[in-house]
Amino acid sequence: MQPSSRDFKANAHRALGDATLQGALGFMMREGFAVRRAEAVARLPEFEALREAAKRLKDEVLQHLDFYLETFERNVERAGGAVHWCRTAAEAREAVLTICRDAGARIVTKGKSMVGEEIAINEALEANGIAPVETDLGEYIIQIRHEPPSHIVAPAVHLAKEQVAESFRATHRALDPARPLDQPRQMLDEARAILREKFLDADVGITGANFLVAETGSSIIVTNEGNGDLTQTLPKVHIVLASIEKVVPTLEDATLLLRLLARSATGQEFSTYTTISTGTRRDGDPDGPAAYHVVLVDNGRSALLGSVFQDMLRCIRCAACLNHCPVYGAVGGHAYGWVYPGPMGAVLTPALIGVGEAASLPEASTFCGRCESVCPVKIPLPRLMRHWRERAFAARLPPATQRWGLGAWVFLARRPALYRPLAAAAARLLGACGRGRGRFRALPLAGGWTDKRDLPAPAGRSFMSLWAERQKRRA
Amino acid sequence: MPDRPVRVGLLVTCLVDLFRPAVGFAAVRLLEQAGCTVEVPAAQTCCGQPAYNSGDRASAVAIARQVIDAFEPYDYVVVPSGSCGGMLKEHYPLLLAADPALAPRARALAAKTFELIAFLADVMKLERIAARYDGVATYHDACSGLRELGIKAQPRRLLAQVAGLTLTEMATPETCCGFGGTFCVKYPDISDRMVSDKVADIAATGADTLLAGDLGCLLNMAGKLSRRGLATRVRHVAEVLAGMTDAPPIGVAEGR
Repeated sequence: MQPSSRDFKANAHRALGDATLQGALGFMMREGFAVRRAEAVARLPEFEALREAAKRLKDEVLQHLDFYLETFERNVERAGGAVHWCRTAAEAREAVLTICRDAGARIVTKGKSMVGEEIAINEALEANGIAPVETDLGEYIIQIRHEPPSHIVAPAVHLAKEQVAESFRATHRALDPARPLDQPRQMLDEARAILREKFLDADVGITGANFLVAETGSSIIVTNEGNGDLTQTLPKVHIVLASIEKVVPTLEDATLLLRLLARSATGQEFSTYTTISTGTRRDGDPDGPAAYHVVLVDNGRSALLGSVFQDMLRCIRCAACLNHCPVYGAVGGHAYGWVYPGPMGAVLTPALIGVGEAASLPEASTFCGRCESVCPVKIPLPRLMRHWRERAFAARLPPATQRWGLGAWVFLARRPALYRPLAAAAARLLGACGRGRGRFRALPLAGGWTDKRDLPAPAGRSFMSLWAERQKRRA
Repeated sequence: MPDRPVRVGLLVTCLVDLFRPAVGFAAVRLLEQAGCTVEVPAAQTCCGQPAYNSGDRASAVAIARQVIDAFEPYDYVVVPSGSCGGMLKEHYPLLLAADPALAPRARALAAKTFELIAFLADVMKLERIAARYDGVATYHDACSGLRELGIKAQPRRLLAQVAGLTLTEMATPETCCGFGGTFCVKYPDISDRMVSDKVADIAATGADTLLAGDLGCLLNMAGKLSRRGLATRVRHVAEVLAGMTDAPPIGVAEGR
């Protein structure tokens, strides 16, 4: 996916004017995941303690990431599988393609995978004559619409059901054009029937991983549709696409994170399906793949270890930060212009595609702090966004007018004896100009403020000048 | 607490200094009522957030050093803003953590810095408020005060003491108003959308007065309310608690 994060401002402007999108977002932000999360948290008294434990667990893993990954690899091999270490997106694509070619694959079913989006695996498969089929309903919908996901858990959250029905009619041409498709259930049944065939035809199944378990060499996925299970058990070959920070030491550690994940994501106590895969099909197993591959993707993550951004690698992709972000809620995920939107995207995207490409994203926050307050692994997202702003500032990425404006202000702010009379003069001038109405409807150089709201006028005297007078009177 | 009167250094904030000195004088009156002596160091300009949040760390450090120099002598540093208070209390220690000379001074300053309302309620244990305000008010929880400093119950507890005042909650008092310092002019479209939602929420309460503890957020919400033609009176919570509501509300001209 070509990033358009540079155009965040224009993307956001367009999104704000899109009535259908605003309807979908408004509904989600008002009635959606945030409300259900709050209810789920209220039902679990130890939720705060779990957050702290999860933070400590992930910090420990990141401290010894090499050890846990190598342990994981040993145990994958012991269970009959193979681990492919990939430094870059290109290496990861090549690893997947090689496995698919060796299997003679023509159809590949896919469970939901954000790393899959990150390395653009679908495009790579298509370019090589292999047809990827998304099996998560939301992912399937956006695949047939040729759109990227707009949310890391609910990829089609930006759509209204009428748009989905329209896409189904345009894609499923063999079906009766007059069939009713106004109920979500009807669309679900239709997708289910179509996907059932694909599950049986697929040569390779690709899933992501919510967690990798070092002690057993297992991968864990959670889904609400069961599509992941069919993707990974029916084809001969199962490929797990996972980034390196997904590893946890033990199954017990995974359960700690599982208790936080669904509650933080959707307000469920547990996802409908939690599936643990360990290696290939063994004698006596009713089903399972003949080959099990884990494609381990770094793609810039190891560079964050030991940096100010290391905390970001705790992320378990629950999307609570998106669901609680007023900026995400206003503009939706596509405005962010790449794979990961919202506050977690504003921190991760510059790390993965470069701050030069994505400097707008960490800028697009009021630092209201709601993201950090709901993060199940306590990532200080605003602080990390500020660190990206520091990198951008050091690289002189903000526009010259902004940098000069800030520079002039800093010059004055560091000289109180100069600042004081100037502030007093500004208060007098603006106060005199605004005295009639008490506010400005327009003001030169302040269009960013006054285009859409009034600027209350200063009262006319600065506090410091009035205070100095009061002190003189008292002396 | 010392036997002599508590000596407070007031960081008035750049927005109060420029836009609404009444908030500063309300803070002084409340602090004096609580038994403090209040001083206003002349060597203050701003807490440094515009630089800090724009990624200009070096300038933020320089301004932080200046604030520490100016406010170190006081028993307490009080700020009529959760945002600037949070800057001193939460961010200065982070900002200066790597400087062996400044780090302990930043931590010491942070420990004695309080947002005004939290200081009155939590430190001075102020129980009685003598003010009167006739109206129905709704209170916006400004983000930094709420999430960095845990200010939620204190203003409501003190406002409950104000004669004639009824407090009615909006549906989402904890949702950001869209101000965000320079955010509101860097991303005016998004900011407008956020403040529009906020204003709709305020209007839905039927309250005639909007109160909050941060002037930036108040200017933003007052500006949107008046642009929408809504007559909601907007004031800093300190003005009401101090009984200093003779001056016109924010964004309203004298004599109107």
